[in-house]
Amino acid sequence: MSINRRTFFKAMGATAVALSVGRTASAESLQNQETEFNGMLYDITKCKGCHGCEYDCAEAHGFPEPDIPKNPPFRRTDETRCTVVNIIETSKGKTPVKMQCMHCNQPACDAACLTQAMHKTEEGPVIWREDKCMGCRYCMISCPFDVPKFEYNSTNPRIIKCDMCYNLLLEGEIPACAYYCPNEALMYGKRSDLIREARKRIHDDPESYVDYIYGEHEAGGTSWLYLSPVPFEELGFNTKIQKTSYPGLTKGFISSIAPVDILLPAVLLGIYEATKSNKKSEEEEL
Amino acid sequence: MNTKTPTIVIDKRENNFWRFIFNELKPKGKIFSPFNIISFPIILVGLVIIFLRFKNGIGSVTNLTQDVPWGLWIGFDVVTGVAFAGGAYVLVFMVNILNLKKYKPILRITVLNGFLAYLFYSAALLLDLGRPLNIINVIIGNDYGVSSVLFLVGWHFLLYMLALLLEFSPAIAEWLNAKKMHRILTGLSMGAVIFGITLSVLHQSGIGALFLMAKDKIHPLWYNSYMPLLFVVSSIFAGIAMVVLEGSISHKVFSDQLDKSSHHKHNDILIGLAKICATGMFAYLALTVLVFVHQKNWNYINSPYGLWYLFEIIGFVILPMFLFYYSYRHHRIGFIKVASVITLLGIMLNRMNISIICYRWDAAERYIPSWQEFVVTLTIIFIEIWVLRWIVRRMPVLRKSPDWANNDH
Repeated sequence: MSINRRTFFKAMGATAVALSVGRTASAESLQNQETEFNGMLYDITKCKGCHGCEYDCAEAHGFPEPDIPKNPPFRRTDETRCTVVNIIETSKGKTPVKMQCMHCNQPACDAACLTQAMHKTEEGPVIWREDKCMGCRYCMISCPFDVPKFEYNSTNPRIIKCDMCYNLLLEGEIPACAYYCPNEALMYGKRSDLIREARKRIHDDPESYVDYIYGEHEAGGTSWLYLSPVPFEELGFNTKIQKTSYPGLTKGFISSIAPVDILLPAVLLGIYEATKSNKKSEEEEL
Repeated sequence: MNTKTPTIVIDKRENNFWRFIFNELKPKGKIFSPFNIISFPIILVGLVIIFLRFKNGIGSVTNLTQDVPWGLWIGFDVVTGVAFAGGAYVLVFMVNILNLKKYKPILRITVLNGFLAYLFYSAALLLDLGRPLNIINVIIGNDYGVSSVLFLVGWHFLLYMLALLLEFSPAIAEWLNAKKMHRILTGLSMGAVIFGITLSVLHQSGIGALFLMAKDKIHPLWYNSYMPLLFVVSSIFAGIAMVVLEGSISHKVFSDQLDKSSHHKHNDILIGLAKICATGMFAYLALTVLVFVHQKNWNYINSPYGLWYLFEIIGFVILPMFLFYYSYRHHRIGFIKVASVITLLGIMLNRMNISIICYRWDAAERYIPSWQEFVVTLTIIFIEIWVLRWIVRRMPVLRKSPDWANNDH
């Protein structure tokens, strides 16, 4: 066995690749922080729980028409529906809550995806791209809101989640649920404008709202914002969710890869050379 | 000289080479051995299930849910299996970097085991992918998800497989009597060694890092930000324990491949390995206690999950640690084997706890693997053993290399 200059340069080449890869990664996440995203403001006090948005969503995405029982139990999104409205018993009586993808500013699913099939668009929606996805379901593991769903019974399965009607947005329209909502509970717009609007509503009518915008800071901020008449715990929301972004949890590990890729081979080479000379002198003594 | 060494000398005429390959493809050894009688029907059933999985989708043969998207095929085959294969990089480090010649007799079999394990885990991974053909996107660079831990793990995994193949390739050259090729491959293997170890450290820890974003889903007793470190430390003794177990089995099964002195040497090797395991487990235990205290986890101890956690730590870390310690102090070879089995069960428990059992521990609908998932897992392991056996019976893996090969070093 021998180590020559060639293998050494090969080592350096590989580490250089690793380094450059690491750099582009950090540049990308920086860019995300500066973009002004669009989003949705969902005002629970205005929602009547008519389930209309579920029908509109299904139609816009080609899902089967929702079959909603009279006294529905707590339902969740699945591979046939990317939004549901639950009616929840709270301290202020029956309160409807719409659930769908939160469209995080720095989505865990986007960071998790190794083919960039999950993608945070500049407009704001987090979309899933069929031609890239390899179906590993790491986005499902990573999402703190358990949003992505998988078509287990398909031979060419898709990831199903709300895409904020990205195709309609590109045509200059607004998401189907917001467009059809008869009670104006849903409002589409620039995220910063929506936060301002939400603050104004809380300020103008402090009796009706709890003084909190869910989604302003959750998971580092989401494009979907909630206003509620009751504390969010009562609605079954995860209020203990961290206020910094989820991709941040892996940042330390990812940034340590390049240094290890460079330093460890050098250390190993050093130890190898050191023990090799040992061996030779031992042989000489014998 | 061993009589099993291929006697056909390959000359430049092609047809002799193919005749040699053809002869080697024929089975050697008993066909109706107990292992074959058990494994063959399971492999057949497994292949049918794999066919059904591609015909009807993953859901038709697995019990995966929307809450638990990674089941036995990932949690056991990949997450646990990679830790079990950790012996290859630890031994390569000891023999080729630290120059500990004592362990050289078991190096090739360990590297071969590691390579085959990785090869078959990749196969298991492909079964679990919903759209396996799109894996090409990751390899050809049609959109690299460079900020993805999985992307980095995948590439380190893939490159490490190549490194392992390169490390093992001199044995293939010796089998084919390809002297010139042997010299080239041996020259390359030092590079493969250095990169192999680096890539291993990173993908072993990377598998722990995969679960970092599942912060709210894994029970707090198992989730911590040190998971990458804990995974890489535990892969050291998991890998070594696997080496002990495999070594003991292959010494019985392939006794025809070994010369007489090797048995005595093997006991000496086992005692050395027991020391490494005991030290590694002590480091792991210290880290675990540190994390436990740091996260103020004692509130969780008085609960079913708390007891389950104590069961794992006391029964499968502290107990085997003391067994390893006792066995090398008192030269009890039997104890080393028992401790290795307990260690392997413990690693299995730990990886499954993180990826399946305590993952979405609060979910209404629990995931319990279907029998098909178990059969496919067994199928993959059995095929791997068949391939391993085929190679060991033909190539100089356990037996000595031919004389001409030793001059190259």
